Amino acid sequence: MAKPLIATQHLTSCFGCHMSILDIDDRILKLAKMVDFDRSPINDIKEFTWPVDIGIIEGGVSNDEHVEILKDFRKNCKVLIGIGSCAVANSVPSMRNTVPLKECLEEAYLNGPTIVDGGIIPNDEDIPILLDKVYPLHEVVKIDYFLPGCPPSADTIWNALVALLTGKELEFPYELIKYD
Amino acid sequence: MSQETVTFTLDGVKVKATKGQTIMEAADAAGIYIPRLCWHKDLPSGGNCRICTVMVNGRPAGSCLFPVEDGIVVENNTKQLKDHRCQVVEMHFIEGNHYCPSCEASGECELQALGYYTQMLTPTSPYLRPKYEVDASHPDVYIDRDRCILCGRCIRASEFLDGKCVFSFEGRGIHKRISVNAEHNLGETNMEASDRAATICPTGALMIKRTGYRIPVGKRRFDIHPIGWDIEKKKKSG
Repeated sequence: MAKPLIATQHLTSCFGCHMSILDIDDRILKLAKMVDFDRSPINDIKEFTWPVDIGIIEGGVSNDEHVEILKDFRKNCKVLIGIGSCAVANSVPSMRNTVPLKECLEEAYLNGPTIVDGGIIPNDEDIPILLDKVYPLHEVVKIDYFLPGCPPSADTIWNALVALLTGKELEFPYELIKYD
Repeated sequence: MSQETVTFTLDGVKVKATKGQTIMEAADAAGIYIPRLCWHKDLPSGGNCRICTVMVNGRPAGSCLFPVEDGIVVENNTKQLKDHRCQVVEMHFIEGNHYCPSCEASGECELQALGYYTQMLTPTSPYLRPKYEVDASHPDVYIDRDRCILCGRCIRASEFLDGKCVFSFEGRGIHKRISVNAEHNLGETNMEASDRAATICPTGALMIKRTGYRIPVGKRRFDIHPIGWDIEKKKKSG
């Protein structure tokens, strides 16, 4: 029987949650025996080869490209997990949500203290268009499981993956679920 | 004068209490934790947060206010009440702007700790993303209204413990805010960092400046033990 397939993706985030996936240390050898990786920054595959069993998304949704990626993941993943505070709740990227987008861009590109001789707000058709707010995943598509944390610890991710792959319920000891 | 003892049922267990105690006080004494946010041991009960709601003879009541009576049947640890509490905690998270990863109060925050206690993985309702003002005008204390859950602890502490009345509520419903007793801001009040009100906030809405992030991650109040652990410990140790 073919091994279950996993795909991962990062949106607006620091890549810390993917670092936390790698932080499972030598258990990654066990993981490699249990699953195969499809689309993921870990192997640099950028499109789905075929539909997968588990999709893992890190980061908030902040531009139109993220919305497309997220919808693509929802379409191609049987189970979709949001990992990390940016993906599942309010975090650093969503701090811009209480400031209008126009003011954010003007501060960054026109009026900021490091701007010399006036600036320009990037407006190339190849650059994804920013959304008005940064959204957690579940405000855009249905998410099946949430793993909070900044980042969730390697043990939290490992416990969740093992539970899903062996058909057990996701249960965590107190110290493994934290919002920071 | 001898105190009159009453007996009531809490989650099917007979609990002895002193007449005049609230259900929460009697439960605490018996080593049974009822989750709470706006309640504080040194303050009169506020009854604002509704987290401590229990069923008394089948009807909901705030356990921080409801007095024990002989023979009443109280439910606390039921699925219905746990779901209710998780919903209330979720609503607090979506009505404010709580950025746990970067907040000075993380690990010490009672709202966050109740999120862990109620096993909330994330708020499932859409965020409201309201616009709130930070008041950093005071040299030693600041108000970050993003984190305020309108529990009113600071209002009661300033009035009953400090004798100052620095804080009050303004507005109604979703527009309700914590405000200060001055023309413009906190810096104009007689608030001092040594006031009890300055350290009584259950979240990070009212913080003393230059004290954040001093306790390393892993050693903060709720890193190891869940909220209510100190109360439940009494029962375990008899």
